[in-house]
Amino acid sequence: MNTEESLLDPWPLSAEREDVQRSEVERSDVVPGPVKATQNDVVPPVRTIVLDREPIAVAPPRERESIRQSLAAQGPERLRLDDVSIYYGGKRAVNSVSMSIHQGEVLALIGPSGCGKTSLLRTLNRLTELTPSASRSGAIMLDGQDVHALQDTKLRSRVAMVFQQPNPFPMSIFDNVAFALREQSRKKPRRRELEPLVIDALRRAGLYDEVAGDLDRPALRLSGGQQQRLCIARAIAMRPEVLLMDEPCSALDPISTAVIEELIHELRRDLAVVIVTHNLAQAQRVADKVAFMYLGDLIEYGTAAQVFEQPRAERTRDYVHGAFG
Amino acid sequence: MSTFPTALPTPQSEAPRPTRGRGSSMREWRMLDRIVLGAAWAAGLGLCLVTGAIVVYMGVRGFQYLRPDLLVSRPQIAEDGSVSGGIRDPLIGTVVMTAIGLAVALPLGVCSAAWIIEYGRPSWFARLVESAIEIVAGTPDIVIAIVGIAVFQLGVLAPLSSRSPTGVVTGTSFIAAGLTMSLIALPPIYAATRDGLQAVPAHMREAAFALGKTRIATIRRVLIPSVRSNIATGTTLGISRIVGDTAIVVIVLGETLRNEPLNSTPIAGFLRGTGSTLTSYVFDNSPAGEGKAADKAYAAAFVLLLFVLLLNIAVGRISRRQAHSSGVEQGSRL
Repeated sequence: MNTEESLLDPWPLSAEREDVQRSEVERSDVVPGPVKATQNDVVPPVRTIVLDREPIAVAPPRERESIRQSLAAQGPERLRLDDVSIYYGGKRAVNSVSMSIHQGEVLALIGPSGCGKTSLLRTLNRLTELTPSASRSGAIMLDGQDVHALQDTKLRSRVAMVFQQPNPFPMSIFDNVAFALREQSRKKPRRRELEPLVIDALRRAGLYDEVAGDLDRPALRLSGGQQQRLCIARAIAMRPEVLLMDEPCSALDPISTAVIEELIHELRRDLAVVIVTHNLAQAQRVADKVAFMYLGDLIEYGTAAQVFEQPRAERTRDYVHGAFG
Repeated sequence: MSTFPTALPTPQSEAPRPTRGRGSSMREWRMLDRIVLGAAWAAGLGLCLVTGAIVVYMGVRGFQYLRPDLLVSRPQIAEDGSVSGGIRDPLIGTVVMTAIGLAVALPLGVCSAAWIIEYGRPSWFARLVESAIEIVAGTPDIVIAIVGIAVFQLGVLAPLSSRSPTGVVTGTSFIAAGLTMSLIALPPIYAATRDGLQAVPAHMREAAFALGKTRIATIRRVLIPSVRSNIATGTTLGISRIVGDTAIVVIVLGETLRNEPLNSTPIAGFLRGTGSTLTSYVFDNSPAGEGKAADKAYAAAFVLLLFVLLLNIAVGRISRRQAHSSGVEQGSRL
């Protein structure tokens, strides 16, 4: 028996023990019949972690690889983080992260819970300022401008965000998307002017075909996946430069998830997309670049192929192979 | 994606009928629990009986005494000192008081609630505002009435009422009483709006901020519309309190039998004049008051009750229709 077998076989019996078992059976009065596994005999799954094994990609679509290669020329840099640290009260949540985010690619932030990836995402559009105790050091540049120097409302119309829980407003579908387009200070634009923009946003979000009949239906009547696509339509209606997504599919069923992943694949042509996800399989399906964070530190940052198949850091390797999570 | 299933498998067979397993038998309960359950049932039934008795009694009396011409004819003093004629003036008085009181209380209540929840800084000031409204809510209306008359008798507020021949400001007018009434309606509207805003989940606000909206735009476009039903409930309570209030009418409105406009200016003259409402009319004609027309009192009281019932139905229908159109399920919170 080599080590490989012993690791895979949960109950290895040595030769002596097998003999002992057989003789015990012969001596007993009960005639041993074949033991049928009934419903009650649930064998608990044993998780074996074999290091240095090829990771099994979950249904990698072949078409996507070719598209990724064709987008080999990098788009312009949209966001750059320089040495960003985030503190809540005195506690440091994110520690000196530097990376750059380009148009035309999807960056996935992966890592176990509490590693700071959602805090980092929310800092990119200054949503952490809603928390009174949050503070930040380091610089975030959007197209060369410091994010702090921009007005927060202007920043958030250029860096849009989609949340984990679909949260359409309690208005009609049209009003939800138009809400993003209506400016507060100027004269109220009329429905005629807004309608083509709303329809265009719904089309780009892949929702228009399903709701074309009645745009004045209440948005809360839509299904979960449709509501999330409505939130995406709302976010991209203003033509942002960067789209931030905080675990957008974690509350959805697999079909809606697949639809939204297709949508992300199409959207990244025009925008830079940053997606935080717990789901490693989703990160493999969707991402071009992957950043792995652990307890506030950026452990590894590189292309998806490199991080999942040839991770440099040992902790990345452990996480990607499922040793912890 | 060719490797992905295109649809989840649907169950072909009918779902079994919902059944309940065996519950607990009351015989196993403790004595105290059984007593309390019985008391709860008795309280509910008793409440229904009391309400039914009031409505039925008033209905019987009202149909006995209310005639359509009462609603359109004006009250007049008959030869024997009792009141005859109709209740048109008090009815108009009630409607005008409600309108003025609500016109002041509704914006004030909604805006203060929005400020407290969304801004609320400095925190000592927020606590002060909260306490002030609670004190006003707890103050008896007779106290508010005498403070009101004292305020409106100040010389500087003379334009809001009239002056007596000796030059003393009377302080009694529709507008003075309406402004005093708004204090009565303010606490329910404020409390209902505040509770509604507190219940709006944080992700609704975050979604609006993440779209680049300013805080004030979020309040105006997302938060206030989402608490419409709460505001409607508070407004109903406020209107009920205004319509039922007698002390302020008796003291600050002057309680003349007919609505006496001050001068012939179309609206300002009316608002600066005195008058009466249904509540003061009922008080005057009841056995405790001066008039000797108890039947008129019943008729007016019935009209008052009808007014409040119709209002409740109307507001309930409006808020249900708005909840329906915004897609919120019955009985659920956003």
